[in-house]
Amino acid sequence: MAELAEPMVVDGGSGDRGTWQGRWDHVKKFLERAGPFTHPDFEPSTEALSGFRHIHVVDMDVIDVSNLNRQFLFRPKDVGRPKADVAADFVNSRVPGCHVVPHFKKIQDLDETFYRQFHIVVCGLDSVIARRWMNGMLLSLLIYEDGILDPSSIIPLIDGGTEGFKGNARVILPGMTACIDCTLELYPPQINFPMCTIASMPRLPEHCVEYVRMLLWPKEKPFGDGVALDGDDPEHIQWVYQKSLERASEFNITGVTYRLTQGVVKRIIPAVASTNAVIAAACATEVFKIASSAYLPLNNYLVFNDVDGLYTYTFEAERKENCPACSQIPQDLHFSPSAKLQEVLDYLKESASLQMKSPAITTTLDGKNKTLYLQTVASIEERTRPNLSKTLKELGLSDGQELAVADVTTPQTVLFKLNLTSQGS
Amino acid sequence: MADPKTVKEQKYDRQLRLWGDHGQDALENAHVCLINASATGTEILKNLVLPGNPGIGAFTIIDGHKVSGEDVGNNFFLSNNNIGKNRAQAATELLQELNSDVSGNFVEESPDKLLDNDPEFFHRFSLVIGVQLPESTCLRLGAVLWSVGVPFLVCRAYGLIGYMRLVVKEHTVIESHPDNALEDLRLDQPFPELKNHIDSYDLDSMEKKDHSHTPWIIIVAKYLAKWHSEHNYQLPKNYKEKEAFRELIRQGILRNENGALEDEENFDEAIKNVNTALNPTKISSTVEDVFNGEQCENITSQTPAFWVMARAVREFVRNEGRGNLPVRGTIPDMIADSEKFIKLQNVYREKAMQDASVVSKHVEALLQSVGKPPESISEQDIKLFCKNAAFLRVVRCRSLAEEYSVESFNKDEITSCMDSPDSEMVLYLMLRSVDRFYQQHSRYPGVYNYQVEEDISKLKLCVNSLLQEYGLTVNVKDDYIHEFCRYGAAEPHTVAAFLGGSAAQEAIKIITHQFVPFNNAFIYNAMSQTSTTFQL
Repeated sequence: MAELAEPMVVDGGSGDRGTWQGRWDHVKKFLERAGPFTHPDFEPSTEALSGFRHIHVVDMDVIDVSNLNRQFLFRPKDVGRPKADVAADFVNSRVPGCHVVPHFKKIQDLDETFYRQFHIVVCGLDSVIARRWMNGMLLSLLIYEDGILDPSSIIPLIDGGTEGFKGNARVILPGMTACIDCTLELYPPQINFPMCTIASMPRLPEHCVEYVRMLLWPKEKPFGDGVALDGDDPEHIQWVYQKSLERASEFNITGVTYRLTQGVVKRIIPAVASTNAVIAAACATEVFKIASSAYLPLNNYLVFNDVDGLYTYTFEAERKENCPACSQIPQDLHFSPSAKLQEVLDYLKESASLQMKSPAITTTLDGKNKTLYLQTVASIEERTRPNLSKTLKELGLSDGQELAVADVTTPQTVLFKLNLTSQGS
Repeated sequence: MADPKTVKEQKYDRQLRLWGDHGQDALENAHVCLINASATGTEILKNLVLPGNPGIGAFTIIDGHKVSGEDVGNNFFLSNNNIGKNRAQAATELLQELNSDVSGNFVEESPDKLLDNDPEFFHRFSLVIGVQLPESTCLRLGAVLWSVGVPFLVCRAYGLIGYMRLVVKEHTVIESHPDNALEDLRLDQPFPELKNHIDSYDLDSMEKKDHSHTPWIIIVAKYLAKWHSEHNYQLPKNYKEKEAFRELIRQGILRNENGALEDEENFDEAIKNVNTALNPTKISSTVEDVFNGEQCENITSQTPAFWVMARAVREFVRNEGRGNLPVRGTIPDMIADSEKFIKLQNVYREKAMQDASVVSKHVEALLQSVGKPPESISEQDIKLFCKNAAFLRVVRCRSLAEEYSVESFNKDEITSCMDSPDSEMVLYLMLRSVDRFYQQHSRYPGVYNYQVEEDISKLKLCVNSLLQEYGLTVNVKDDYIHEFCRYGAAEPHTVAAFLGGSAAQEAIKIITHQFVPFNNAFIYNAMSQTSTTFQL
């Protein structure tokens, strides 16, 4: 999973600025001169510039050969090294005076004390889950006094994403403008084939590959017990490819190739240097605007598509009144007392506005903290599994009870208020 | 040591998924020329070089400038120890370093000098990208390239504004890869093999398992036959009729012994697809235009393959196709058991192959009639053409001469856009005005702080003279004149990078003949993060 969060600081300057005659000519005009379209609060300054100097980069990935065709900071000699390290080295040597600090980590491995130091956070993440997590982190840093948001606690989040020839860039001012969760429905659902198709009624070459990946591999354990299928291991892919061909020939399905096999196993989405360049540039423009206060930032969502000509569409995504992430309104759950806990779990996962992945539900009963269900730790999962088939009444839950739900999609637990209705919803 | 082909495929894996081996080959043989290794120029080239070999085979940078401190400040592909050296050479080195498979060259010469001494130098390129060119150079170069049919892409970043202009006489696209293409199911006029296949089903006598795993295409076809017999062989046309048709299908869903509806997802799919499945099969006007094109009419030994194939398909349409294009041969995935799906898919596939071979005969005949061997156009290419027949596109851009001439400039487009005085069109007029300023004063407005104030009124004179010369009675707000002085012809890196991505993608479209390029002027406003395309 490729991640790049670039929090940065605009420096007043100290030590070697690595500067030379004319270095800032292309930028300083925007900072020294007010104009008819600049931000009303903008005050031009004639102080010498220093550019963006302090940048932290967080990325959990190492460089793969397939990255080289569009990730221009990496070279063949870098394959295998952490992306954050190599990116930092490259920029630091190419841009004098710039100081990029790499973190070869998951974004979730860092906490509030880390993120609090930044003026702006920029994300080029490749999953919705990670975006929601970062979104939740910045929301958790907001300070409210007497219900009023303290603007100095806001860290703007600039988020960019691409898929083939399409991309989007958005500006989020946590607590003020639409957040990631407010617009969760904008993200297209991931395509997953139904199990019966895969198990007994394949029609497409993709179904055959999924059959091998999901059913045959766990059964035959071709590389040993407990060895998981690694999409980056050519031997693994070769095995899946051969088996997929066999499956396909059983059903007279044509079209299984090595490339298709790998694409399905790795859920590969085609990537292009150009789209990434466009979206990265749009995000960088916003960083510049926000950091310099020279212009009003993008308000607040840009969509780009260059399949047919070039098309952009800019609109203001609206905040959701009852957004589970940013509205601060406790979320209501409506269930009948005879509903099973499984139904609550399903709702948390399937509701379009929540889309949780593996929610862990806890509550307070008789003054004590009780885990109702937790999936991510095997022993606890086994112990709490019977609760799923118990009714809410049987579990001792009452109307108005607060449920605390933790999930990978958010760094903070989400509180829900249980409304036990006479008719379930 | 891994097989080199596999290593190459691994590196370019993500691209191959987008434009296939076909597109990669075209890129491999391409030689792109970049004029001016400014930030915008190197950002464009970076995106063309990175995809590598296969990727553009070669590039040549033409630039007469020496690297300045200012250049190093906004260009990722120049460093401060390049200052004073030739910019073409310095940039070539750092870009070459991105990908050793691409062959990089440079010419330390201004394009004007080359146009004076050796204009034929430009004939060798697959595409010329001109960046930050003064108007006169641009027009001179445009004329040379137009006369030899070399595509020309003009790009500039001016302050917070990005601009691109594509100049290509005629650009054909077989694989346009449209986003939301309608399927080619022929349910309104099933070909005999499809009809036979549909007839082989008897829904009423099927066991539940078969009934629930019958492809929705068959279901719609069966109920359509019922509908036809009751509606004088007309298709359901409006919302009311389609709703009634959906209801008819709903009636066909099996019920259990208690009379409750069984869960038949294939019937749900059929109902959902009624809207699009019943669209009459017809040829779009875009494709009709291709068939009516002059190139299609007059086939000679010089005619490019695209037009020979287009003519062959036209012959097919007017004869064996009975007004229809060759069958595309693909169907979407749907709930069905493997056997039924594969059988149905094969009916379409086989018909497509049949139609393609008829088209092939027409191609052969055409080639023969102009004395060319039948192998000149491969079976594979003909098959690809037939599969994409509904999506053919031809892009024709007007020349720069036409855009700039007082007689033929696009007055209507400019005037109607300027009905909203903040439309991106005003930015185009401002770019034309600063060019005028440059012609008069040999510099751009507002480069130095002390100039800004004075230059506003000077630039305003240029705006007015431009409007007057073209007889345009549009209102260019003073705010824009002020803003363009404020820019001081700066080339901020983020605008250069946005153009870098946009232009590189258009260049790839031109080279690979896949996906559809813009036509013909694109303006990006980084202040508002908006853009528009005009046809000038």
